[in-house]
Amino acid sequence: MRTFSGMRSVICAVLLAAAAIGSASAQGDELTPQQAERYQKLVNELRCLVCQNQSIADSSAPLAADLREQVLHQIQSGRSDAEIADYVTARYGDFVLYRPPFKASTWLLWLGPFALLLLALGVAVVFVRRRVRPAPVSPPDAARNAERLRRLLDEGSREERR
Amino acid sequence: MRLPKYVWALVPAVVLLGLVLLFAIGLQHDPRVVPSPLIGKPAPGFDLRIVGAQTPFRRDDLLGRPVLVNFFASWCAACRDEHPLLLDLARRGVEIVGMDYKDTDADGLLWLERHGSPYRTVVADPEGRAGLDWGVYGVPETYVLDAQGTIVYKQIGPLDEQTWRSKIAPLMAAGSVLQTGSR
Amino acid sequence: MIPELGHFALLAALAVAVLQFAVPLLGVWRGQARWMDVGASAAQAQFVLVLLAYLCLTWAFVERDWSVVYVAANSHSQLPLIYRISAVWGAHEGSMLLWMLMLTGWAAAVSVFSRSLPRDVRAQALAVLGALSVGFLLFILLTSNPFDRHFPVPEDGRDLNPLLQDPGLVIHPPLLYMGYVGFSVAFAFAITALLSGRLDTAWARWTRPWTTAAWLSLTLGITLGSWWAYHELGWGGWWFWDPVENASFMPWLVGTALIHSLAVTEKRGLLKSWTVLLAIVAFALSLLGTFLVRSGVLVSVHAFATDPARGVFILTFLAVVLGIAFSLYAWRAPRFVSEGELQIFSREGLLLLNNVFLVIAAAAVLIGTLYPLVVDAFNLGKISVGPPYFNAVFLPLTAPLALLIGFAGVVGWKQARVREVLRRVRWPLAIALVAGLAMPWLLQRRFELAAAGGAFLALWTLTMAFEEPWRRWRARRAAGLAQIPRAIWGQSLAHFGLGLWVLGVTFTSLYSIERDVRLAAGQSVDLLDYRFELQRVEPFAGPNYDADRATVEVSRDGASIAKLEPEKRLYRAQRNVMTEAAVDHSPLRDLYVALAEPLGNGEWSLRIYVKPMMRLVWLGGVLMALGGGLAASDRRYRLASAAARRVPATDGVPA
Repeated sequence: MRTFSGMRSVICAVLLAAAAIGSASAQGDELTPQQAERYQKLVNELRCLVCQNQSIADSSAPLAADLREQVLHQIQSGRSDAEIADYVTARYGDFVLYRPPFKASTWLLWLGPFALLLLALGVAVVFVRRRVRPAPVSPPDAARNAERLRRLLDEGSREERR
Repeated sequence: MRLPKYVWALVPAVVLLGLVLLFAIGLQHDPRVVPSPLIGKPAPGFDLRIVGAQTPFRRDDLLGRPVLVNFFASWCAACRDEHPLLLDLARRGVEIVGMDYKDTDADGLLWLERHGSPYRTVVADPEGRAGLDWGVYGVPETYVLDAQGTIVYKQIGPLDEQTWRSKIAPLMAAGSVLQTGSR
Repeated sequence: MIPELGHFALLAALAVAVLQFAVPLLGVWRGQARWMDVGASAAQAQFVLVLLAYLCLTWAFVERDWSVVYVAANSHSQLPLIYRISAVWGAHEGSMLLWMLMLTGWAAAVSVFSRSLPRDVRAQALAVLGALSVGFLLFILLTSNPFDRHFPVPEDGRDLNPLLQDPGLVIHPPLLYMGYVGFSVAFAFAITALLSGRLDTAWARWTRPWTTAAWLSLTLGITLGSWWAYHELGWGGWWFWDPVENASFMPWLVGTALIHSLAVTEKRGLLKSWTVLLAIVAFALSLLGTFLVRSGVLVSVHAFATDPARGVFILTFLAVVLGIAFSLYAWRAPRFVSEGELQIFSREGLLLLNNVFLVIAAAAVLIGTLYPLVVDAFNLGKISVGPPYFNAVFLPLTAPLALLIGFAGVVGWKQARVREVLRRVRWPLAIALVAGLAMPWLLQRRFELAAAGGAFLALWTLTMAFEEPWRRWRARRAAGLAQIPRAIWGQSLAHFGLGLWVLGVTFTSLYSIERDVRLAAGQSVDLLDYRFELQRVEPFAGPNYDADRATVEVSRDGASIAKLEPEKRLYRAQRNVMTEAAVDHSPLRDLYVALAEPLGNGEWSLRIYVKPMMRLVWLGGVLMALGGGLAASDRRYRLASAAARRVPATDGVPA
């Protein structure tokens, strides 16, 4: 539901008007194809702090333009992706990384879903095992009703098919 | 796995309880405020100049006494909200260094002339280079530096009397004697 | 006067909702048939009242009544009529009213189409829906009244957010809400089952078409939302894993699981308490989404302007509604005994696996969405969880689903024979393997293992989707096809849609090319085989905006294939700048151009994409929804109501 954008993106749009000053996002032709690819990946994985939930690639805020420029320069001067990420987190914290680093406070985040999957599969297997030999259950009234309903339906559909 | 059935049936209720607690806490936090990783670290270096002059101003010029470093700009509407408080603090003897962020000298000076200047020094950061190194993401932002040049606090958004009294004044008082909050 | 009338209608609706909640329940408790029947008339009356309120607000928009705060904040004298009508749901207050309209609409539909249900079942279900109405109406009246007036009356409105001035946005929210809110019907039936202790195949049969109808609206709503984001935001993305999107995606995943587990409960009388739980959770996630979007606990690109009071109200409401539902569940669910046995290699076994993967996928989205909140709550700092996380986690959790889905039609109920199944899948499997491996080469001239894997899964799903119709065709030609019930056609179509979707997602995410370029008029840039030439940029005046309109000619081997006209618009009222991208599309590729910024001396920065198979993503979504439509309209359900009429309703007293 990317509907109703609130005030924030409006503010961002206004910023964009004000900030056309020096944000030539045109990525230089000087980059090798590999570098260009790294640039695209990096700017798409860094979060702009001004417009909040936007990457610096998508944000039109001046800060995003500055950061794009930084990323570009640092790639050109031969720094690695990790070094560039360090550069940004040293200033803005882990918040700017859309890919949260794997550390004690994010173990649950990264491993949680897979742990849950194993747990759920385990439960499902146990459940199925127990169900293979069903306990004799005397159908309660409701079930009997349902049985009757099913029979009626079957008759109904047979009639219509003819 | 041989838990009684009713234990399993309780799981959703327990998860719900946890989520509601989480949201109750979440409602009291502002998701927009991103704490600076620079707190407790030495303020980043910079080599800029005083607004409207060629006099250089560097990080070393901030050392020796506690100071407030306030990033502002003439185009920033929220800066006007905190301006009266800054003027008041300046009158009470707090040293505030202004960083004119992504602004032209002319606009910055005109703005200060119109609204009054709380700054002992106004430094020009026209390209926002120092801002980038200091982790500024939206003016106004205010850093509290101790005498050794360590960042001890960062205020994101306009400063208010409440924050000044409860958070910043004690930090600055630890470094020097100030008359605080006696209005 | 008209806004006051609307306000009054809402107050009256609240009174009726209280009746709808209380009287039928009392009737069930006291065994009073006439009290039980109040539910139906109350539901219909409430719908009429809310519709009246809704029309009053629409009238205020159409007539440009700036004395209404909400109208003044979200409309403008130059706003075209169609957007004045859709502006009703352009912000928080009015969209809540739309939400109410949908809720009462569903309740009214239940009251009309469920006449054949046992009287007490219908009474309880409508009472639950009435209780939900009470909560939402109180929310609107106490915290978000769209009919508030102000004085002095402004000269003109502040205009509708330009992002919302788009045809996609005219229909996207209503469909989305219809889906969100539609799960309330399944929820109401689930509560009814818990209250009465009756949960049988007949119950599953009543619940199925309602769930499918809600699901298909949600599917269409999400698809349209994605299409809109792609066109309107100018970023060329179609899914951002933004909290607002996740808020709609989680109920969708659980709703999909619910549709499938309902099938097991209906056909085999198994997974009863699980199905009831899913019905509650699907709606719970809809409520949760509402909370996340409207309370401001999370930062999203597209959150509503927020207000803490609203957050507290929704959280309280959510805690009460779900607290009661889950307590009831903990108390009553252990009594539901599923009869019959369950083999893993059977349709119900595979559907159980399907449920495991879907629910865990939903849980992963929930964890990713809420994790920043958790970290912050424990004061461990602020982190972001974005697309790289979701893509990394979501893919391995859902890829097995695509493998399972192919077996949907060929593995029988109860116990399937491995040899028989193998015989039926071997050719499709071989075709999918060979074609899947070849496809990246043939279409993109660059092999990627991930693309081959995705193409294999997609082709496997696509070929298996119509395995059953194909088999019947081979056996008896047209007569065989005529025998296939609509539910099966629906299943085939929906699975086929998913196959297309997988194909589209695979190719568009692995082979899209993105370039930010700087061009002056007359200059051009080459991407793959395409040459994009910026011919000119000219001013253009729209009804309520001024634009720079670029003309970009796209050619291939010297032959022109498209003229694209992306715009950069400045909406006059709020001085908002919007990007209007231009796209040329064919089933195999999208050519996308967005005008970014003027760089001085006649140069512009442009963002250009070539995105293969982008259309399949939305086409897949639409086909899934169509499949849902076919399934929901299956003759069986109409017969079910007819047959239920013949089964004497047990005038049960809730145990």
